[in-house]
Formats: sequence, C-alpha cells, structure tokens
Amino acid sequence: MTDSRARILARIRTAVADAPEAAPVARDYRTSHTPDAPEALLDLLHENLADYRAHVHRTAPAGLAALVARLLAERGARSVVVPPGLPEEWLAATEAARRFDEPRLTPYELDGTDAVVTGCAVAIAETGTIVLDGGPGQGRRALTLVPDLHVCVVRAPEQVVASVPLALPRLAPARPLTWISGPSATSDIELDRVEGVHGPRTLEVVLVTEP
Amino acid sequence: MPAFPEAAREAVGNPTLRANLRHATHTIRDKRARAVAELDDWAALRETGKRIKDRTLRQLDTYLLQLEEAVTAAGGTVHWAADAAEANRIVTELVRATGETEVVKVKSMATQEIGLNEHLAAEGIAAYETDLAELIVQLGDDRPSHILVPAIHRNRGEIRDIFREKMGSWGRPAPEGLSDAPAELAEAARLHLREKFLRAKVGISGANFMVAETGTLVVVESEGNGRMCLTLPETLISVVGVEKVVPTWQDLEVFLQTLPRSSTAERMNPYTSMWTGTTDGDGPGTFHLVLLDNGRTDALADEVGRQALRCIRCSACLNVCPVYERAGGHAYGSVYPGPIGAILTPQLRGTASEVDASLPYASSLCGACYEVCPVAIDIPEVLVHLRGKVAEEGGKGHRLERAAIKASTWVLDHPGVLATGERLASATRKLHPKRLPGPGARQWTESRDLPELPAEPFRDWWRKNRT
Repeated sequence: MTDSRARILARIRTAVADAPEAAPVARDYRTSHTPDAPEALLDLLHENLADYRAHVHRTAPAGLAALVARLLAERGARSVVVPPGLPEEWLAATEAARRFDEPRLTPYELDGTDAVVTGCAVAIAETGTIVLDGGPGQGRRALTLVPDLHVCVVRAPEQVVASVPLALPRLAPARPLTWISGPSATSDIELDRVEGVHGPRTLEVVLVTEP
Repeated sequence: MPAFPEAAREAVGNPTLRANLRHATHTIRDKRARAVAELDDWAALRETGKRIKDRTLRQLDTYLLQLEEAVTAAGGTVHWAADAAEANRIVTELVRATGETEVVKVKSMATQEIGLNEHLAAEGIAAYETDLAELIVQLGDDRPSHILVPAIHRNRGEIRDIFREKMGSWGRPAPEGLSDAPAELAEAARLHLREKFLRAKVGISGANFMVAETGTLVVVESEGNGRMCLTLPETLISVVGVEKVVPTWQDLEVFLQTLPRSSTAERMNPYTSMWTGTTDGDGPGTFHLVLLDNGRTDALADEVGRQALRCIRCSACLNVCPVYERAGGHAYGSVYPGPIGAILTPQLRGTASEVDASLPYASSLCGACYEVCPVAIDIPEVLVHLRGKVAEEGGKGHRLERAAIKASTWVLDHPGVLATGERLASATRKLHPKRLPGPGARQWTESRDLPELPAEPFRDWWRKNRT
C-alpha cells in the first residue's frame, strides 16, 4: 500500500515536471445574481423551492405551531421524529406521537415513523436549496432521509442567502452537510421526473417571517 | 468488444435505441441551455473552473497529500491504488474485515471503471446498485450507456419487463400487475431497495469532489439512494479518482453552480451530501478513502491530453454529440461513452487494443462538446492529438494511409508528374466512379460525395488567363 502511494506520487511528479505553471485562478464571476433585498430574496427562494415541487408556506412566528400541526395532519402523519434541540413550541399543537433520537433510532424505527420536523442552517434563494448541518433542531442525517415527510422550518431573513458563493462561508466543512433542493426525484425513466424514489416523498418548507 | 465503427453500425440499425436516445438527448440539451442562460456570468464560472482544475493537476501531489492529511485527521483512513486490481483488492479486504457479504452502492463511474461489482461477486460479496438507472442496468444484465442516465437507451416498456422478470431473483419482487408508468416503476424500485438500505452494514461510493484543504468529500445526486448509502451503513468505502480533488472549500462554489446546470439542467440537484471523515453519532463510524490512479497519471503526462482530467462527469458533451446521439453509449466499449469517453478511455487504457485505437475517430470534430463543457476541455483538440498518436503507432489502417501519404509526397516533389497527372485526371473526369474501390476507401465514399474535378487544372487556367 505504501508502495503504491510512493509510486503514484512519483508518477505525478514526473508527469507534470515539464508542464508550464498553471494560470492564476481569477474569481471574476458573480457572488450573487440577485439584488440584495430581503423581500425579493424570500420571494425567489419561495418560487425556486416550489419549482422543484417543494410545498412552501409562510407564517409569522406566532402561527408556526398551528401550521406545523396542520401540515402533519394533512399528510396523515401520526408519528414524528423530534431532532435534539428542536424548539418545543414548534410541535406544541400537533397530536402526532413524538419520537426522540435518544437512544438512536434504528433505520427500521425511522422507517416506521411518518414524518420529521427540522430547522436548517441556511437556505439558498437562487437554487431553491435548504442546507442542514446537524446543528440544534436538525439532528443526524438519517432523520431527514428515512421518514416520508420532511417539514423544514427556515427563519427569514437571517437564514436566507442569495447564492451558493454566499452560502459556503456560512457552513462548517467539518460538520456533515446535506443540501436539499426539493423532494427526492428521479428522471431515469425516459427523463420523466418522478418525485420520491428513496428520500422523503414530500418536502414542506415553512418560511417564518417576523410580521 | 468490437471497435467503434462495427459497434456503432449495429446501434444505428436499431430504431428503438435511436428513438430513445434522440428523445433523451434533445430533451436534456434544450433544458441545459435554459439553465445555463440563467447565469449571466457563465463564461467566467467556466474559465475559473478550468483554471482551478489546471492548477490542481499541476500540483496534484501536493493536494493529494494535503487531502490525505485532512481525511486522516478527521478520522478516515486513506488507501492508494495504482490500478484496478489493487483497488479491487483493497475494497474486498475492507469488506471482508467487516464480516459482511453484501454492500449497497452509490452510482460511481470509478467503481464501474475498475469492474468492482464483478470482482466482489467473484469473491462472494453481493454489490447492489441503488441508483434507479443502475438498478435497471444491473437487473437487465446490461451495461450503462450514459454517464448520467445509464439506462437512457431503455424505454418504460423495456424497464417494466426487466423489473417483472428479474427483481424477484435479487430481493423483493416487482408488485403484481406492474405497469409501465414511470411513477409505478420508481415505486417498485423504492420498495425493492429499501429493504436493502435498512439492513446494509457497508456502503460503497465514489465522489464528485474531494476538498484538499478540509478533507471533505462531496456526492451530488437526485434520488436519495446516495444519502442512504452514505448515511445508514456502519462502514463507508469511497473509491475516487485522484483527479477529483479540488484545493479549497471555496472552489466548490464554482462547481456546485456549473455541475448541476450542465448535467441534469437543474439549478441544483435535489441532494448533495458532504462529509469530512467520521462524525460521532451521525453516519458511518468507519470511513475509508481509496485514491485511484488506474491510468490517470499516464493521461497527466500527456501535455495535450491531460486536460481530459479536468472532467467533472457532467455528461453535457454526450447530449450534444451527433455521433453519440446515433451510436449510443455502448458503441464506445467503455464506461466513459461519448466525446469525453473518446478522449479519456484511450488515455486511461492506452491505444493498444482495436477498440481503444478506434475511439479518437468516433467523432465528426464538430466541436459542440467543447462549446458546452463547463471546464472548457478542448475535446476536438485532444481527439486530433490522439489520432496522431494512433497513426504513429501504425495500426492496420494506418499502414495504407502512410503509404498513400508517402506516394503523394513523391508526386508533390515532382511538379512535372503532378501537372501531367492533373491533366490526365481532368481529361478523364467523365469516367470517374462515384465510389472509390477497395477497403477503407469504399467506406469513406459510401457516406461522402467525391469532389468533382474541374474541366482543366488550375495551372493551365492560370497560364491562359493571367500570363
């Protein structure tokens, strides 16, 4: 094994020995394609999430618990995974049975749970993407993967950025990251888009805005 | 495997295949153009992507060492594999050490390239492909025909038949009365694969990017099968080509903009997973990274050809290629089909075999592939360069070509002979055949019109009119 390491490195060094120095990396692309206005950003996020078949809702903080309860009920979710650190008031109005991830739920237990409610780390308007980093209220990656319904709460405007270049500096590479743009989808059969192959079939995104 | 011309002839004669391919490539190329047009700085992103990759390749040793250090510091183990055999051996030993006899797999070009599934099967380990298209290919005992949409050559009816006949022998059978509606087919795959995901102890993946600075690996996908394989098992083994490294975290901002729009024509693919070593309480507790050479350092040594290593496997070049559209992916005889395959495969495998020697010719050199490439690989330039190499090595066809060039060199060196020949050719032009005789020449003129000779040679005309 060590032999191959030395051999590959030596081959690389020989291969590029006579190569000219590479041109410097200029970063003259845009850091954002969107005007810096919170309202417009939120609209764009909403539109792009919906374009990829996420269901998008808006509410003031006071209406969040009732909205979450309604979304779970409408999809027939009788059980819901509660990630560590999820604000208790988010689930204050739901009748769904709560399942905590301590001790860790097995994949089979997660499969037997209808829904999960989480927060997120950041949301990207231009691409319609929400990013989870395992922080408080998000839990480990499997929690948002195995249950069939994912309700994700985004706090606007502080968690919304315009673009990918503006999102990356806000994320810590050492944490496991999951970027989600709409529900699970495939286009493998004649390029017809079908939602819900392996991940959650339904993604409900709740944008919480101060009144 | 027959060389490209024979393989392509068979594909071109299959109307179902051509219809499937035409529909798919045209749909996706139009969508891609719209997705790209949304970003008015596309040209700048493309140029930066190209430069990042060139810079990485120039100092590949440095970045791989940095990556190794970062992955190790984050709790992963790094292995180096000089070729396919070594990579397969390493993976087999790692799976054996877990005591498991089955693994779930994320779609990965690198593991296809090394024939990992076949190797594992021979060692008594079942490797389950979990990408829907890869599942279709695996169940159908078929080969992938497209980088991004491996079952692009299959239509819904064919897929239903494969599921009905084969699913049962690999696990949960297809539901009774399965129709050919894409949603029903996807649901059948969901049920079939879920039982495998839930019990899997070992996952195998590739990666789209590896970040040297942080040790982070990135997988972009759509279905969530990738997330399942990367998250649920206890052990994760990632086999990744050495050229997939990028220097910095910030570099991802370029490729996460260009890759999804170039490949699936989306603003962003539904799921992107990023992991750095292992994380307590989240995901696999054991992580192995196998860095794969397998011919990449040979490509790196070629000053014209090395740009092929910039490739981020988006497959935009396949979807615009008039040759791919008609011949399909199988004709290229390699896991990398289309224009990128035509330059990557002969560099990774060399041009000793007839298939590999034929690949640089599997192109009309129209340049559409270069136009759409998000890292600006000048594929036509590399094709011509590789044709030169193949010709120099002097295969069967090229001996005739060389003899012809030698003869014409002599004629051109003797102006009197040339002038006589020209007059003779003009005088006999009514008698010229429409097709040339002989092997090679006949094939050439089957699909091309021979140029018509003028009534008199240019020199005679010049003497009459200008002197």
